[in-house]
Amino acid sequence: MTLLHVENLCVRFPSDQGEVEVVRGLTFTLGRERLGIVGESGSGKSMTGRALMGLIPKPGRVTADRMEFEGIDLRGLAEPAFRRLRGARMSMAMQDPKFSLNPVIRIGDQIAEALEFHSRLSARDRRARVLEVLQAVRIDDPERVYQLYPHEVSGGMGQRVMIAMMVILEPALMIADEPTSALDVSVRAQVLEIMDDLVRRRGMGLILISHDLNMVARWCDRILVMFNGQVVEECAAGQLHAATHPYTQGLLASMPRLDEDRAQLPVLDRALIGAGLGGRT
Amino acid sequence: MTDTPTPFPAKAPGFSGPWWQAVWFAITVALTFLGLLAITFVIGRVVPIDPVLAVVGDRASQATYDAARAAMGLDDPMIVQFARYVWGVMQFDLGVSVSTNRPVAQDLARVFPATLEMATLGILIGVVVGVPMGVLAAARQGTWIDQVIRVIGLAGYAVPAFWLGLVGLVVFYAKLRWVGGPGRIDIFLDGMVAPVTGLLLIDSLLAGDMDSFRSAFGHIILPSTILGFYSLAYIARMTRSFMLEQLGQEFIVTARVKGAPARVVIWRHAFRPIRVQLITVIGLSYAGLLEGSVMIETVFSWPGIGNYLTGALLNADMNAVLGATLVVGAVFIVINKVSDAMYRVLDPRAR
Ligand SMILES: Nc1ncnc2c1ncn2[C@@H]1O[C@H](COP(=O)(O)OP(=O)(O)O)[C@@H](O)[C@H]1O
Ligand SMILES: [Mg+2]
Repeated sequence: MTLLHVENLCVRFPSDQGEVEVVRGLTFTLGRERLGIVGESGSGKSMTGRALMGLIPKPGRVTADRMEFEGIDLRGLAEPAFRRLRGARMSMAMQDPKFSLNPVIRIGDQIAEALEFHSRLSARDRRARVLEVLQAVRIDDPERVYQLYPHEVSGGMGQRVMIAMMVILEPALMIADEPTSALDVSVRAQVLEIMDDLVRRRGMGLILISHDLNMVARWCDRILVMFNGQVVEECAAGQLHAATHPYTQGLLASMPRLDEDRAQLPVLDRALIGAGLGGRT
Repeated sequence: MTDTPTPFPAKAPGFSGPWWQAVWFAITVALTFLGLLAITFVIGRVVPIDPVLAVVGDRASQATYDAARAAMGLDDPMIVQFARYVWGVMQFDLGVSVSTNRPVAQDLARVFPATLEMATLGILIGVVVGVPMGVLAAARQGTWIDQVIRVIGLAGYAVPAFWLGLVGLVVFYAKLRWVGGPGRIDIFLDGMVAPVTGLLLIDSLLAGDMDSFRSAFGHIILPSTILGFYSLAYIARMTRSFMLEQLGQEFIVTARVKGAPARVVIWRHAFRPIRVQLITVIGLSYAGLLEGSVMIETVFSWPGIGNYLTGALLNADMNAVLGATLVVGAVFIVINKVSDAMYRVLDPRAR
């Protein structure tokens, strides 16, 4: 079943030199699968995620020929209707728990908010559900963690809290925007493992956004490679080695491997890629 | 597993917990007060006003002068004099005012409540109106509402207090008769309620004297509103900029991702974190009002501490000047400590 249909998605921001297009004609579909969006910093990955959530900041404009989620047309969807989707049917795990959790609200209460906005559960039932979901992200002492403030937990714990917050209502779609790039290398795999487990078990669709091709290849079924606001390559995770676009090949070539015998990693030839795209570099 | 919560900063046993915090708090308050006393003491010694001459007059003989000087303890070592001064202050002995011929403490007990009452009502207006205005301006950034609020904020800087006071008196007192005139209460009601707190609004309520209450309210509302206007201009401007800073944070996006309605995003996620900053701003603003606005107290013939201090300065009435300075200093200390304590309560990171 198709969760998401996106055709010719564009995100534009007005600037002094006219409009800047940061997402340029993105087209893809998503089922109950794990889709990776990979690309270098500034290629428009986050803006794609935010556009899907209806959260492009103010002067920005979103257009698309088609943008459908569970059969609902997201284009020009009124804010109250969009609000009913957010957190309940679609959610987005943010990058750095240090900045994306409210510093003065207890962790448990922040998770419980999703239930407050979307259900009529009593405060007691909400609390019980929060403790459950904390356990689901493998926090052993949920009662204690419920009471903590974000500054009192580590990055890895904070990110598990973030994931708990975004899956508590079992949405159909979760977007994870660089969910591990702010974390210590030692806890990244664990956080991804927990997220992956939840997503599969609950049959959710996942869009995993990252600049790390290795990671996306490891945790996703399908991959979109973005460059300069456009998709330059789309393939199954297992087919990356057969990638045809020079940018993807460049990314692959510049990735260190364990069986490394090259003295120096090659550098992306940006002029070549830019010429191939016929756009800005 | 390396992913354990970061440990709390280790504290030496016996030096933590609410008890120790309370003790430490009391110690710092006491030390700050002692510092304040040292300052007023030193000022009293260095100003070129001879307290002996003020008592004996400038035609006294040298012998009389010396005797008076010794009797006043001015020949004793400084540290003894300072100890005597501190001891006196602790018993509310601030000396006698040469202009009113009454103990300074008595004068202050009369004028400070007058300022306190007006300033408190002023800051209440400033907070109750200014904070929502600032929040609204930030939530509607760039719209006409924001512009209107910005203009009001600017007016708080541009319009002089005495002008606003005079215009207010002409319009609302002389023309419309909506409010009482200068002074704290109508003359025929003056002295009718027994002073308990010195705050007329409260004393009249305590006495059940509604006529006095209405009259006092009619007199205080205009000057308080003008003070309130100045503090709300400042508070609204600061609230707006604090809110804008928070609204740009990542956790605001998180809240919206969860489906939070605008009201929750603004009042829970953006406003809660700025409460501690606002307390500092409100405390500063309140302390400023408690110094006594000389302009407003003059225009409204308000017998407050601003008027008293100005009069004392003009008369070289050192005891009165130092006493009033002590009160103003104490007000700053108290407000500072109260906002400190509230900071701890409201910000989990400061606990
Ligand atoms: N509010 C904004 N106004 C103008 N340009 C923006 C804004 N936010 C992001 N951009 C631009 O959009 C482009 C894509 O950003 P983003 O989607 O965050 O990239 P990334 O792939 O690193 O997540 C960047 O070039 C960035 O400068
Ligand atoms: Mg990004």
